[in-house]
Amino acid sequence: MLKDQDRIFQNLYNDLGSDLSSSQKRGDWVNTKELTDKGRDWIINEIKDSQLRGRGGAGFPTGLKWSFAPKEVGSRPHYLVINGDESEPGTCKDRDILRFEPHKLIEGCLIASYAVQAHVCYIYIRGEYFIDGQKLQAAIDEAYKKNLIGKNAAGTGWDLDIYIHYGAGAYICGEETALLESIEGNKGQPRLKPPFPALIGLYGCPTIINNVETIAVVPTILRRGGKWFASLGREKNTGTKIFCISGNVNNPCNVEEEMNIPLKELIEVHAGGVIGGWDNLKAVIPGGSSMPLIPKEKCETLTMDFDSLMAEKSGLGTAGVVVINKDQDIIKCMARIARFYKHESCGQCTPCREGSGWMWRMLERMARGEASRDEIEMLGDVTKQIEGHTICAFGEGSSWPVQGLLRHFKDEIKKRNKFDPIVRENKNIPYLVDQHLLDKNA
Amino acid sequence: MSLKRPAKDQPENFEFSSSSLEAAKAMIAKYPEGKQQSAVMALLYIAQKQNNNWIPLAAMKYIAKFLNMPYIKVYEVATFYSMYNLSPVGKYFVQVCTTTPCMIRGANKLVEACKEKISENESELSNDKSCSWMEVECLGACVNAPMMQINDEYYEDLDKEKTLKILDKILNGETPKPGSYRGRINNEPENNRKTLMDLKNA
Repeated sequence: MLKDQDRIFQNLYNDLGSDLSSSQKRGDWVNTKELTDKGRDWIINEIKDSQLRGRGGAGFPTGLKWSFAPKEVGSRPHYLVINGDESEPGTCKDRDILRFEPHKLIEGCLIASYAVQAHVCYIYIRGEYFIDGQKLQAAIDEAYKKNLIGKNAAGTGWDLDIYIHYGAGAYICGEETALLESIEGNKGQPRLKPPFPALIGLYGCPTIINNVETIAVVPTILRRGGKWFASLGREKNTGTKIFCISGNVNNPCNVEEEMNIPLKELIEVHAGGVIGGWDNLKAVIPGGSSMPLIPKEKCETLTMDFDSLMAEKSGLGTAGVVVINKDQDIIKCMARIARFYKHESCGQCTPCREGSGWMWRMLERMARGEASRDEIEMLGDVTKQIEGHTICAFGEGSSWPVQGLLRHFKDEIKKRNKFDPIVRENKNIPYLVDQHLLDKNA
Repeated sequence: MSLKRPAKDQPENFEFSSSSLEAAKAMIAKYPEGKQQSAVMALLYIAQKQNNNWIPLAAMKYIAKFLNMPYIKVYEVATFYSMYNLSPVGKYFVQVCTTTPCMIRGANKLVEACKEKISENESELSNDKSCSWMEVECLGACVNAPMMQINDEYYEDLDKEKTLKILDKILNGETPKPGSYRGRINNEPENNRKTLMDLKNA
């Protein structure tokens, strides 16, 4: 288990208070000026050395992302945007940072803004977190009063203004370009990339977008050194991470742990075990609902980091671990996730808008045992036609969980759905577009 | 993308009150000059707050003029995002999360409680027109599942009985205490904490 002194979020459970003076006791804002005095290149190199990967789901190296910002500020100002639109089912880590460690985030904003030469920072918070956003706003006001942000912020000579922008209940706004559209006052529909936001982002200006957790760990990394952060976890998957363990466990909780921690330890030690014992475990969704589930057999030895989960054809995502035990109907659980995606599709690309509804309706029928045998293959075909055919990663996010279900629990679906296909023989009907699915030799 | 329709009975006029006007101007000031359209989401919230938790079409027209943008753009935003109510929802708006992490911990019991206490169907006002409920997608408090949101506040670690009690309170016009209803502190593992123990005992 990670040592307590190596935990970055000391106030994760609000034992100490989230106001400025208690935060300063924990080491926030202590020597911000010294850090920025070492210069932009030092900051970016230190973050590169730490091998910090973005905590928002994609796991893109943060130092590399920052280095994409133009070196000189041209006619267009730079912006820093913080993504706090946390809406991935299973994930609730950013909320705790917003309400209990706001000064880590604000100080991180200052350092990151300095590194990418932004004078304005927008923090995008999902609308449902209004109360938590108010707590962050109180912390921002306090920081303004103490001159930690504003003109010559914290004595660094850098001017920074931080504003909160509330979302209004759209999951898709967690996608970085949809988030920018939302800040600009439009519907949150993702933009085509390239151009990437680092060059053309908010209001057409260079914009760096990072997750709340990514920015909040930056000050601690710079204080303790990139080497320290890199010494935790394993190569390319370094540092600590807040894991949210929810679902059928005895003590659902948020906990900060080292990357590469065994999944079993996370569930058994921190979350008090699976309800009904380890043998009652059915499957685990390792990284928020978009990530394919992992059956029990593989959970025994699985370690939680980006690359080892990738090897299992899943992903760490946002590290929202949803534990599902044998008391639940796994097909129904996935049908509910498919309904979530159907509801949250922004409607811009046809494969996702229509396909997410198809997947939901087919899974609902499969859960009730009303589907025919051939529909299982057809469902797999639908997921393949969504994946990779959309502007943003929502297409993957909605089809991966269904693919995970098909990969590991196909037998269970087959057992429940025994109907014969409606079209049984290979008839040459020209308008039957799904004919190829009946081809036994394909 | 959620399907929403504006209410049938629409007020003729809408105007910001003086306090709303002040709040709206503060919002516009957050954004660069000429980019006042960015404030549309915030202004819709302000209108919603002023007008008993819902946004009439007149308010959208007003905001469009206020921000100097086309009315259709405001309408687009108001219908795209799920948190803008386009028809009356009552003084207390109950939102029950039923996405998978809540579902597997018994969110359907909360739905049952709402059906018993408030109204048979979702998005339907209670008899006294004081509240309504609806099923929503993940509210981001999965560790505290099952949970629901009433107006801005989160009510966590619920079961059917506790939900019934909370709903009784709001039907009496009281605002119940938000937070965990199993007495746990925030997101800590209940009675099983293994980390940051020195701080807890300090």
